[in-house]
Amino acid sequence: MTPQDRAARLARIGIALTVVALLGLGGVYLRAFAFTPVEVNQGAAQKIFYVHVPAAWSALMSISITGLLSILYLWLKDRRIDLAAAASAEVGVAFGAVMLTTGPIWGKPIWGTWWTWDARLTSTLFLFLLFVGYLVLRGVLTDPGLRGRFSAVIGIMGLVLVPFIHLTVYLFRTLHPAPIILKPSAPSLPREMLVTLMLSLGVFTVLYLGFVMQRYALGLLHEFREEELARDAG
Amino acid sequence: MGALLRATWVIALKDVAIEWRTKTAFASGLVFAVLVLAVLFFSRDPTAVAAQDVAPGALWVTFTFAAMLGLNRAFLLEREMHALDGILLTPAPRSAVFFGKFAANLVFVGVIEAVSLPLFVLFYDVPIWLRFGELVLVIAMATVAFVAVGTLLSAMAVRTRYAELLLPLLLLPFLVPPLVGGVQLTARLLEGRPLSDLSGWLKLIGAFDVAFVTLSALLFQVVLDE
Repeated sequence: MTPQDRAARLARIGIALTVVALLGLGGVYLRAFAFTPVEVNQGAAQKIFYVHVPAAWSALMSISITGLLSILYLWLKDRRIDLAAAASAEVGVAFGAVMLTTGPIWGKPIWGTWWTWDARLTSTLFLFLLFVGYLVLRGVLTDPGLRGRFSAVIGIMGLVLVPFIHLTVYLFRTLHPAPIILKPSAPSLPREMLVTLMLSLGVFTVLYLGFVMQRYALGLLHEFREEELARDAG
Repeated sequence: MGALLRATWVIALKDVAIEWRTKTAFASGLVFAVLVLAVLFFSRDPTAVAAQDVAPGALWVTFTFAAMLGLNRAFLLEREMHALDGILLTPAPRSAVFFGKFAANLVFVGVIEAVSLPLFVLFYDVPIWLRFGELVLVIAMATVAFVAVGTLLSAMAVRTRYAELLLPLLLLPFLVPPLVGGVQLTARLLEGRPLSDLSGWLKLIGAFDVAFVTLSALLFQVVLDE
């Protein structure tokens, strides 16, 4: 099997995973609306929680993975690692956009304001913007070696920046709901809601994998094609 | 260590000498700083908000913009006629290139800040002498932070055709901690509050300085690598 075939197969697996995840997403909506109790204080507005939190989870996971792959790339100098980091960053920016749109939609009825300069909102916003910058930088660099090294530098710098921005806004002031799942004591969410959230987290993780595999395979195929063109021209 | 310091000194001196002879970037940076200070004076409703209330923000926005304008200069100089290759061919250690550029940028931004500070007092009528020593310390710490990151990022930005566009895009997220800290500290120092009140912000900027000077110096090797 040629590398092209392998990349094409990877893309097909990615598409299959994406389809499964999208069906799962339909299931999550169904369960959230029909089989999960309505939250007593927030009413129907709370339903967006089952999309917002998993989208935020996927966004932060993809950006952390980009950061880690960036370190790995500088160490091993394998172009495939750079392509994977870029695929993860692109998917992360997409999930980040979902997180940053669903957040204000919930914030308006519940907080009474679309946006607030709270620690989490601010750090995710700047992280999102930094990774948009990461993609812009990749877009304007044509030399693959240069592109790989420069974007790895931004990936690593971003990883170190997040705690600093978080601390900055923490010193400023904070409003975002405190963690209810990942905290030292047991999760303080009713069982039905927790199950829906966990299902949604799983679905979004599969969605992430599906997207990244497709994007990565596409990146590989793009590189093969460029090499072919370079060979033909030479 | 001696060789590293000497090479750093030579590179920094070279950059400062070029700037001293032309003064183009310096003059435009300074005029730009004065313009920003003057324009921001009008960024409020004068019947509701006193100039002193927006003063700390105006000062730091001015510093940031003026610094950004100057930061690309360091490597744009080297891009012309492949001057950077010349430096890399010398036995000077790679980290000396970073620290030399970093030092020259510090001088450049520091001089612009030193000239805009009296103008800031003139325009906004703020009592900077209440805690002058502390204010200078805060400005120095925040400047180290954004010049360190800016030196690294401008070395990358100038390798593209969109240097002037890319540098602010990549640099601004990194300026959030030193910039917000600088504004908060300046606001309180202008009210005459002692620095011991503000140790949280100082520690944050201090930690940022240590982390990002180290990280920028290390990653700079990766950027130069051919």
